[in-house]
Amino acid sequence: MDKMPAWADAVLVPLISILLAAILSAIVILAIGENPVDAFKLMVDGALMRSSGWGYTLYYTTNFIFTGLCVAVAFHAKMFNIGGEGQAMIGGLGVALACLFIPFPHWSVALFVAMLAGGAFGAAWALIPSYLQAKRGSHIVITTIMFNFIAAAVLNYVLVNLLRPTGAMDPATATFPAATHLPTFQDMFAPEGSRLFRGSPANVTFFLAVLACIGFWFLIWRTKLGYEIRAFGHSESAAKYAGISPVRITIVSMLISGGLAGLMALNTTMGEAERLVLNATEGAGFIGIAVALMGRSHPVGVFLAALLFGFLYQGGAELALWTNIPRELITVIQALVILFTGALDNMVRMPLEKLFLGMRRNGQKG
Amino acid sequence: MTDTAPAIELKGISKAFGPVQANKDISIRVMPGTIHGIIGENGAGKSTLMSILYGFYKADAGEIWIQGKKTEIPDSQAAISAGIGMVFQHFKLVQNFTVLENVILGAEDGPMLRPSLARARGVLKQLSEEYELSVDPDQLIENLSVGHQQRVEILKALYRQADILILDEPTGVLTPAEADHLFRILDNLRAEGKTIVLITHKLREIMEITDTVSVMRRGEMTATVKTAETSPEQLAELMVGRKVLLRVDKEPAKPGAPILQVDTLRHVDRHGVERLKGVSLEVKAGEILGIAGVAGNGQSELLEVLGGYADASGTVRVNGTEIDLTGRRSDGQSRRARGIAHVPEDRQTEGLIMPYTAWENTVFGYHRDPRYQSGLLMNNALIKDEAQDKMTRYDVRPPNPNLAARNFSGGNQQKIVLAREIERDPDILLIGQPTRGVDIGAIEFIHQEIVRLRDQGKAILLVSVELDEILSLSDRIAVMFDGRIMGERLPSETDQTELGLLMAGVTERPDKPLIEAVDAQLEAKEAREAEQHD
Repeated sequence: MDKMPAWADAVLVPLISILLAAILSAIVILAIGENPVDAFKLMVDGALMRSSGWGYTLYYTTNFIFTGLCVAVAFHAKMFNIGGEGQAMIGGLGVALACLFIPFPHWSVALFVAMLAGGAFGAAWALIPSYLQAKRGSHIVITTIMFNFIAAAVLNYVLVNLLRPTGAMDPATATFPAATHLPTFQDMFAPEGSRLFRGSPANVTFFLAVLACIGFWFLIWRTKLGYEIRAFGHSESAAKYAGISPVRITIVSMLISGGLAGLMALNTTMGEAERLVLNATEGAGFIGIAVALMGRSHPVGVFLAALLFGFLYQGGAELALWTNIPRELITVIQALVILFTGALDNMVRMPLEKLFLGMRRNGQKG
Repeated sequence: MTDTAPAIELKGISKAFGPVQANKDISIRVMPGTIHGIIGENGAGKSTLMSILYGFYKADAGEIWIQGKKTEIPDSQAAISAGIGMVFQHFKLVQNFTVLENVILGAEDGPMLRPSLARARGVLKQLSEEYELSVDPDQLIENLSVGHQQRVEILKALYRQADILILDEPTGVLTPAEADHLFRILDNLRAEGKTIVLITHKLREIMEITDTVSVMRRGEMTATVKTAETSPEQLAELMVGRKVLLRVDKEPAKPGAPILQVDTLRHVDRHGVERLKGVSLEVKAGEILGIAGVAGNGQSELLEVLGGYADASGTVRVNGTEIDLTGRRSDGQSRRARGIAHVPEDRQTEGLIMPYTAWENTVFGYHRDPRYQSGLLMNNALIKDEAQDKMTRYDVRPPNPNLAARNFSGGNQQKIVLAREIERDPDILLIGQPTRGVDIGAIEFIHQEIVRLRDQGKAILLVSVELDEILSLSDRIAVMFDGRIMGERLPSETDQTELGLLMAGVTERPDKPLIEAVDAQLEAKEAREAEQHD
C-alpha cells in the first residue's frame, strides 16, 4: 500500500515546500528592513503581469526545461548528472560552429542543423564520464563536476584564441549571420506596431522545449529503451538478470541527458545572444537539478518547476532593478526554494505521510 | 514470585503499522525451562511480536510480564537487563573483531578493555564447557563458519546473563548436522533452566525440539498447543486456515534425451575467489534435478552462469548445441532465446522490478520480443491484456495488473515470476529457492506447477536450501559443497543424514560422531578460503 495518494505526493509536497521557502524568504526580507508583500507584488508584476515579463519568464523556463529533462533522464537510470552546465556550454559550441560556418538559407534549416550539432556536442561531453562510470566505476557525480570545469576552460580557450573576431575585446564569437536568427515571440505573435512581448528574448525554442517534454514522456514510459532505463534505475541486479546491459544503459541514458543539456544552447546562443558568449549558461545546468527533483523527473512536473524557476529568475531581476534588496538576496531566495524543494523534501514528506496514514486509519475505524 | 510464574507472559499485545494490524490482541505464557515454538507464515506477525518483546517496537496496547513482574521494555537495553537475549536471523557481529571482542561489545566493565576481555575469557570458557558451545575466543568473526557465528551470538546473550533466549529462524543458514548441534545446545540450555523461544516456519523443527507451540496467522495467535499432542498436518492447517497437502503428489519421472549438459564449469567472482570449481551435471527432458547444499556453496553462481549474467569457463550444451559463456552473446537475452527460462533465487532484487506494475513485470526480460512492440513504442495494451490473463490463470491475488509488484505478498510475487517464465514455453527451467518467503498455500501451487512442467517434458534444474523441498520434488539430487558436486543420489535411496553429510563435504559415513566429521570438513574449507583471500 502506498503511503499517500499520488496527488498529494505530486502536488501537496512541492506546494508546501514552496510555501515554507516563501515564508523564510519573507522573514529574510523583513530582516533587512524591506516589505516582503511589496517585494512579492513586484516580482509577480514584473514576471507575470506584463507580456514582456512573460517573455523573459518563458525564456528562462525554456532553459530550465532542457536542463531539468537532462537531469531527469539520468535520474531514471539512477545517475546524478551534475554536468548539465558543462554539457550545455559545449552544446553551445556546437550550435555556434554550425551557425558560423554553414551558410543557411532559412532559420528553420539552421535550427534543425544547430539542434543536431548542439545535441551531439552536449552528448559527446557526457560520453566520457558515462564511459568511465560504466567501464571503470568512476563515480558520475565526481566526473561530471570535473567536466564542468574542463568545459569552462575549453570554452574560454576556444572563444579567446580561436573564435574571437580580430579586434574584439570580449571572449565571444562574432554575431551569427542574419539567416540563423530565430523568430522571437514578438516576431511571431505581435501584430505590427503592437507592444506585445516587446524586447523580450523568448523565442521559438520554447516550443521545442515543450516538444522535448512530450518526447521525453514517450521515451521513458512508452518505449523499450525507456522500460530498460527505468528497470536499470530501479534495480541493477534485476536488469542484469533480464539481459539489460548496464554499460549500454549507462552510456545511452547519459548521451540523451547530455544531448538535452546541449539543446539548451539553442535558446541562449541562437535565440537570445545570437553569438556564443562565455557565460551563456548562467548556472541553468545546476538549476536543472532542482527542477528535476521538484518535478519528480516527470515532464509535466519538470515543465511546472521550470516555470516556477523562470518566474523566480525574472522576478528576482525585477527586484534587483526596482528595490534596495541586493542582488545577492535574490540568489538567497532562489537557493531557499532549491533547498526546500530539493534537499529538504523528506522534511515535508514524512509528516504528510504520517498525516495521511492517520487519516486512513481513522477512516477505517469510523 | 512463585514457582509457577511464567518466564514470559504477554497480555493482549496489539501493534499496527498504518492500516496493517501486525499483532492483534496476542497473549501467550511461556513457562521457565521450556522451549516454546512460534510458527507462522511470512507476515503473520512473529517477528513484530518478538521485536516488541526486545524493545524495538512499542506495542499500541498490552502488557509484558517477565518472571512474574510487569515490565516496561522501551528499548533493547531494557530487554537485556530484564534477562532477554535475542539471536537474529542476520547476525549482528563485527566481522573484523575477534569472538571475545564481539562478546564484550556494549557490555564492557569500564573504560579499559583488558580487564573486560580477561573476565570474558573466563566466562566464555565456562559457558562453552557447560553447553557444548565451543568457539575459539581469539578467532576473527570473518574466519568463522555461520554455525560458529551463531554460537557467538548465543554466547553474547548468555554473557549478558540472559535467562530467556529468542532465536529468529536459526537454522536457515545451517547444514542439517549444524542444526542438530544447535538443537543439542538448546537442549542443554533448557536443562539448565533457561527459557527459549524459537521462531521458525519449519514444521519439522517445531516437532523435534519444542515443548509447546503457538501458531500465528495474520497477526493473531490462532492456537497454543503442547507439541506432543499435535501433528505437522494440524499445525499447517492452523497456519494456513485450511487443509494443505504437505507432500508433493507426482508420478515417477520419464526422462528423455539430455537437454542441459554442463561440463567442468568454472567461475571466479569479482574478488578473485573461485566459486565454481569444475561443476558437471546433466538434466534430461522430463526430469527435475535438485541441487542441495548450504547457501553460499556455489549454487547461486551456478544459476547466474546458466542464466547468462556471470562469466564462466567450461562448456554448456543446450539441446546438444554449445552456448557462449562469455562475451556479447552471453547475457540473459541470449539465454532466453535458447529456451532457458529462469526463476531467480531472489525475486525482489532480480526477478521483479518492485516499483513496476504487475503487467510491466510480466514481460520483464522478454520485453524486446517483437510481439510486444508496435512501431517505435511498446504495445502496452496487449501486454496488459496478457498480464490479466496470466494472473487469473496463475491465481495471483489480487488479480490486478495495475498494482506495483511490491504490493503483492511473497507468494503472489513468485506466481507472477513463474507465470512469466513458464508461459514462454521454455525447454529448460532454472528455478532457485522457489518457495523462499512464500506462504504454505502458495507453496503447494508452485510445487504442482513445477511438476506439471516436468510432465510436459521440460528439463528442470531446481536449487533450494530446503532439504525437504529437494527431497520431495527432485527426481535426482546433486549435492553441492564448496563449488563442487559432491555426489548424486536418488531421493528414494537417500535420507536427510546422508545428504547432510554431503552438504558438509563428507562423502563417506564416518566412524567418529557426525558433528566432528562435519566440523573438520568445514574448518578445512574455511582455511582454504582464508588462504585465497590472502
